[in-house]
Amino acid sequence: MGISFDVAHMLAGLMVLAGLMMLYQDRLYPLLHVLALQAALLALSVGWQAHLQAAPHLYITAAIALLFKAAFIPWALRRMVFRLGIHREIESVVGIGPTMLAGMALVALSLEVMLPITAQADPVARQDIALALSIVLIGLLLMVSRRNAVSQVVGFLAIDNGISLAATGAQGMPLVVEISVAFSILVAFIVIGVFLFRIRERFDTVDVAALDRFRGEQP
Amino acid sequence: MALVLLAAPLLTGLIRKVKARLQRRRGASVLQPYRDLRRLLGKEVVLADNASWLFRTAPYLIFAFTWVAASLVPTFATGLLFSWTGDLIAIIALLGAARFLLALAGMDVGTSFGGIGASREVMIASLAEPAMLMVILSLALIAGSTQLSTIAQFMLSPAAGLRVSLALALVAFVVVAIAENARIPVDNPATHLELTMVHEAMVLEYSGRHLAMIELAASLKLLLMISAIACIFFPFGLVIGASEAGRYFVGLGAYALKLAVAGTLLGIFEMSIAKMRVFRVPNLLGGALMLALLATLLLFVSVGL
Repeated sequence: MGISFDVAHMLAGLMVLAGLMMLYQDRLYPLLHVLALQAALLALSVGWQAHLQAAPHLYITAAIALLFKAAFIPWALRRMVFRLGIHREIESVVGIGPTMLAGMALVALSLEVMLPITAQADPVARQDIALALSIVLIGLLLMVSRRNAVSQVVGFLAIDNGISLAATGAQGMPLVVEISVAFSILVAFIVIGVFLFRIRERFDTVDVAALDRFRGEQP
Repeated sequence: MALVLLAAPLLTGLIRKVKARLQRRRGASVLQPYRDLRRLLGKEVVLADNASWLFRTAPYLIFAFTWVAASLVPTFATGLLFSWTGDLIAIIALLGAARFLLALAGMDVGTSFGGIGASREVMIASLAEPAMLMVILSLALIAGSTQLSTIAQFMLSPAAGLRVSLALALVAFVVVAIAENARIPVDNPATHLELTMVHEAMVLEYSGRHLAMIELAASLKLLLMISAIACIFFPFGLVIGASEAGRYFVGLGAYALKLAVAGTLLGIFEMSIAKMRVFRVPNLLGGALMLALLATLLLFVSVGL
């Protein structure tokens, strides 16, 4: 186990840490900064995989991650938050402490699940997949634990970061898949953006609890 | 042992000097804490009428516990007098005992400030100690021991490699050290504002030589934490085992340099941030606990493969 494993492990570990930092944030702009940080770490991680696997097309994937996920999307979300003129503070469903504990439990769970079933694989790919699953689970947790629709979008993008990490850890991921994933994310992003503005127009808030009240689910 | 005792007030003086310079004040000399201690030792002790024996003995016990803990840390060489018992868990236990006594003494006289300070201190401690133990656990998993000299030896060897867990453990350790020493984001050591003080509130009733003991113990604790961080994470220049005299001088020089750098960094850090609300402190320490937990979890990945 040499330096190649250690660097891959460090980058993936830092991505998990960035995911947990998102759970910790209670304001919107820092949340977006952490998202950008996570995507930049993803780009570094993919670049390192490209170096390890000697696969030039992964460098393109890394460039997509850097330009698209680490620069464009956080910038667009930032503009959206600014134009929506919403509260910068995020109301979470439960407090930060329990959410963080749940996040740690999810990391432990994904390690517990993924390490045994990938026993034959190459160590770098194994740890990438295990940590990627924990990033995906943290993204899901972020989506369910926040009321604000913008932070749910952030959770969605964190899930995408985790999936990209897992996909590039496995050898032989074709470029066309990565490009199509990037475009589907873009489409989803545009759709979500339109929805956000519609929700805001109708309810004067991006708190999704308002939707529940509108459907008559809550008193 | 004598070295840590002599160096501790100097470190405190250095931090105060750095902070004063950053505020564009000239600041007191770095030797000022020694003068303060000498003055306090010469003054008479004013005791409250209802102070019990506990109040009078606590300062000496606190000082003794902290001193023993500080002398367990290998400062410039691993082969020091007490280093063979230099176990991290023992150090934490000694510091915990000292904190327990301080909290008791704070409540002993029955003033409200003492009670507030003691309850806050215990709250912070109950959050900081789990984080500390998680850090120790992850270090023990890496180095295979909780013995400080063994850990330092392992870190000096190339087997340590590049590990994200170590970085996480370092950040968690620094946060815990700041909280334990009542430095700025958690407590302000230079204020007597009743809403915010923690450590100062507990020692408000002390005077004379008792206060000198407590101040010296606080300086020692700060020195202990910085030495432990330097010994675990930056063990450059540490003399391993017995060696000739020249190596010891190099080790001493490196240790003095590390203390100076750490003191300056702490001063700059304290100047650049504001004090945190007491209710936010659990979040900060929870973050430290989470970092340490994550470090341990990631170790299972990197060691288990």
